[in-house]
Amino acid sequence: MLSPAKKALAAGNLAGFPDGMGVLVDLTRCVGCRSCEAACNREQGLPAPDQPFDDYSVFEQSFHGGTQKRRPTEKAYTVVNRYESEASDKPIYRKIQCNHCNEPACLTSCFVGAYTKTPEGAVTYNSKVCVGCRNCMVACPFHVPAYSYSDPIDPVIKKCIFCYDSRVKHGMPPACVEICPSQALIFGKRDELLKIARQRMTKDPAKYVDHIYGEHEVGGTSWLYLSGVPFEEVGFDTSLQQEPIISNVKDFLGTVPMVLAIWPALFTGFHLLATKGKGDHHDHGQAEEEGEDS
Amino acid sequence: MFVASSWPAKGVLLLLFLLLPLSGYATDAPEGIVIDVLSNHYEPVVFDHELHVGVAEDCSTCHHHTTGTGTADSYCARCHSNEAEQELVSCQDCHLADPFSAAAINVKSGQDLFHVDVSGLKGAYHQNCIGCHKEMDGPTGCQDCHARTEEGDRFFYSGQFAPPPAEDSGH
Repeated sequence: MLSPAKKALAAGNLAGFPDGMGVLVDLTRCVGCRSCEAACNREQGLPAPDQPFDDYSVFEQSFHGGTQKRRPTEKAYTVVNRYESEASDKPIYRKIQCNHCNEPACLTSCFVGAYTKTPEGAVTYNSKVCVGCRNCMVACPFHVPAYSYSDPIDPVIKKCIFCYDSRVKHGMPPACVEICPSQALIFGKRDELLKIARQRMTKDPAKYVDHIYGEHEVGGTSWLYLSGVPFEEVGFDTSLQQEPIISNVKDFLGTVPMVLAIWPALFTGFHLLATKGKGDHHDHGQAEEEGEDS
Repeated sequence: MFVASSWPAKGVLLLLFLLLPLSGYATDAPEGIVIDVLSNHYEPVVFDHELHVGVAEDCSTCHHHTTGTGTADSYCARCHSNEAEQELVSCQDCHLADPFSAAAINVKSGQDLFHVDVSGLKGAYHQNCIGCHKEMDGPTGCQDCHARTEEGDRFFYSGQFAPPPAEDSGH
């Protein structure tokens, strides 16, 4: 009875919804103007930033002893970072936000079901049911979900939702894509974006490294990246598995109901068999021994 | 004077293009073009077409294969070498001002492989211009071409809308 359900769960590599949308980020085109950060702030009604969005000194910021650059926070769902690479004579800028996985680890880690993967490709969440457990922050392979530590009463998870409610749901591009002056970001069907990405690489092989980040990483993401320098040099984790994160635990989790249902009965049976006829005798013997001792 | 086209405002982008009159040209090329696609956040740019005609090698440097002056881009040349001047030559005729609307995305899906990656208008401008501007020491900063409006300053939390300096900026 349990095995068909388990098979259905493990059946597959969900390649995303067929008409799912996505964004292709071409790092060779990004000029680091931070307009996307400003657009995100306005669209999502986020609080005023600590520094103006045209203040480029933020690229100098680093955290944790210089090991970490800026990351999305509760006040900024997307940030742009600057990198230097030997493969490029000019700095490279990289925008970070939720990559909107085809099979999101945040979603599968959320025990209240706050997350949704919409047919348009957005990974959204319902802050009303979020209990603030932060499992998704641990689960996310890209370290994207941020936490509203500033709110001591009702802290919730905060992250990019692909402008789902206000734009993508209505067939409009996310605010960051619309504002991008150099069209380093383009919005379209994920399938089409993959074609465009391949075409750019074919047209100008010397300009790009031969990889589309997000095509296969953790089962594929709605956001895809092209780069002119090796991805690991511009802050991407290139050690990620190709399988969705859930695949790591799917088989194991499938056995949990079986264990719960069968093991108690099985071991009760073992116990009964092993102790059959011994209990009384043992107790009796012990009592006798005790009696003799005293 | 002729007006190439104008669209009503859509979303935050005001899509208005004005081709200013021509003089001194054998062709009907404009002298200057007012670009105010981003007029919500930036003042309009007067693109000095005449100046760029003098600077560019020939029209195809910017106009690809539509002006009957050969084809500079080898990618376009595979099909479009030695084409006569075409009716549609202005940037916006091919590069959509609103390239990510549902309608535009649908059209794109049906597009042949060679034109599936045509940039939108804003992307075409910036990508096409920045290379030469760097080589020829043209303006490359955002506000070198278009000064920001007050709404733009508000949008970027800059100028009079700048947040007060943080006490602990290191963290």
